Amino acid sequence: MIKRLSSGPYLFWMLMFVIVPIVMILAFSMVTVTSGGDWSFSLSNFSRAFDPIYIAVLGRSLKIALEATFICFILGYPMAMILAKMPVKYRTFSVMLFVVPMWMNFLLRTYAWMTILGKNGIINGLLSLLGLPNVTFLYTEGAVLLGMVYNFLPFMVLPIYTVLMKMDQSLVEAAEDLGGDKRTVFRKVIFPLSIPGILSGVSMVFMPSVSTFVISNLLYGGQYMLIGNLIEQQFLVVNDWNFGSAVAMILMLLILASMAIMNRFGGGNPEERGANLW
Amino acid sequence: MSDKIVKGLNITKEFNGVAVVKNIDFWVKKNQFLTILGPSGCGKTTTLRMIAGFEIPTSGKLYFEGQEITNTPPYLRPINTVFQKYALFPHMNIYENIAFGLRIKKLPEKEIALKISKMLELVNLRGFEKRSVASLSGGQQQRIAIARALVNEPKVLLLDEPLGALDLKLRKEMQIELKNMQKELGITFVYVTHDQEEALTMSDKIIIMNHGEIQQIGSPTDIYNEPENAFVADFIGESNIFKGTMNRDRYVTFANRGFDCVDFGFAPNAPVDVVIRPEDVRLVEPATGLLKGIVKSVVFKGVHYEMLVNEGDRVWMVHSTTMVPEGDEVGIWLTPDDIHIMDQEV
Repeated sequence: MIKRLSSGPYLFWMLMFVIVPIVMILAFSMVTVTSGGDWSFSLSNFSRAFDPIYIAVLGRSLKIALEATFICFILGYPMAMILAKMPVKYRTFSVMLFVVPMWMNFLLRTYAWMTILGKNGIINGLLSLLGLPNVTFLYTEGAVLLGMVYNFLPFMVLPIYTVLMKMDQSLVEAAEDLGGDKRTVFRKVIFPLSIPGILSGVSMVFMPSVSTFVISNLLYGGQYMLIGNLIEQQFLVVNDWNFGSAVAMILMLLILASMAIMNRFGGGNPEERGANLW
Repeated sequence: MSDKIVKGLNITKEFNGVAVVKNIDFWVKKNQFLTILGPSGCGKTTTLRMIAGFEIPTSGKLYFEGQEITNTPPYLRPINTVFQKYALFPHMNIYENIAFGLRIKKLPEKEIALKISKMLELVNLRGFEKRSVASLSGGQQQRIAIARALVNEPKVLLLDEPLGALDLKLRKEMQIELKNMQKELGITFVYVTHDQEEALTMSDKIIIMNHGEIQQIGSPTDIYNEPENAFVADFIGESNIFKGTMNRDRYVTFANRGFDCVDFGFAPNAPVDVVIRPEDVRLVEPATGLLKGIVKSVVFKGVHYEMLVNEGDRVWMVHSTTMVPEGDEVGIWLTPDDIHIMDQEV
């Protein structure tokens, strides 16, 4: 009885702030408003979302999010390994160095990149000091990618670091003992056992990357349309909440699908995989 | 000389400046079952890990078949280890676990399959190839860990308290199985344990360690019957240890009276430890005993009764198949053979 009562706040929270909003978005997305202000049920918002213009936006979002995730993985895995192998007395401090930037406001950090990359920014200032021609960094796809990698890298490093830290060291020793050199041990034991960490890292970078609108707004300018920008515009500029909701639903389904695929890809016995988002 | 397959000379290992193993010399003969025995923290596991190559000695040299291997990484040593917690790879099935070492050696798949089925037969787990590690009991995992090490046909097999997590009955069975395997396969075993009974049951030779130093090296019978010091005597089976004085050869004073004994060669009036096994103490009528005491407690231990007897300011532990009730006055009887004299621990 007490058990049931104590789950009350959680159930209330889930209902009010997860289920109700999703139902509302779903409801909005399936309704069109005529010029007269009449409401009617239709799926036209969804069919409109499959217009080639919007498909291109979606494709661009997916592509850049995948690129950001890939770069985070390539940079993050070695970083996590270095952190996990550090002597204890430096480790805590080094992990903190990774976390501290996250305590600073996300917008502020992205603004900082604007002043670094801008036409009169720090890098171009240095270039002209050396007598080199200025380079356009800001408002390029590369700048958006950089912003994503910079902001989301810790989300890749930390789960991988955790899995590597918790890994039973005797498994590594057993692999060495059975004749594995460093590369073989990594390939056959350390890497496969770190897959749960990689999976949660990938989802924690991919999800915010595919839905962000702030990074692209600031580092590319308004015209670069990621799917996040599209949704933002529908709500704040065009004032078409219904179409915006439809696109939001599609994005949600997309993320859900990609997570499901990834989990399948992870394979194996779920009990043995440990830390995971699901 | 050449029958010493592993040899350690002046081996010291420090962790953060603290010596865990202090300047020890040891060797393992071919086809021997050697046990390193000692209480936890005595340096026995560290010694084993140095033989395996997981730890590099701070100083000293390690030889394998006459060649120095002090700094050789583990994967280049023809030595395999059975780990305390088995350390089976959870992401592989049993077949892949055992195949691990053979795959690295790039053996043809047919040969791997053959060797694995032979190994599974040896450890009595035929048909377990496709099972997952998690679906096995502790005892089965232990057998797989042994199979995974033995399939590589190591020249030396290291075992780090491999039976520690098993229940008593299973442990006894495995002790006999391990000993048989060692005899059959003719592989040198180096076995680490804190269980003195296990060491006595299985070993050809025992090294007893304490505080990073070797206390005694010998066969199980030597170590039991002729412990070199009070620590060994106490660790190998329970003992009564009293302070005494060796007045002259074959005569010792303790418990406020003199006794004839069989030891000699001590300095006149040297302070010594007198060690008496509980099963060597005989309880007799108070009038006929050499010493008098009162039975303080009686515990039934299955085969024998364990009685504690207060005598003067000493407590004697006595093992006997006949019980004397609590509170009774008894006499203590000893023969010269029962009294073991040792240099006092400093």
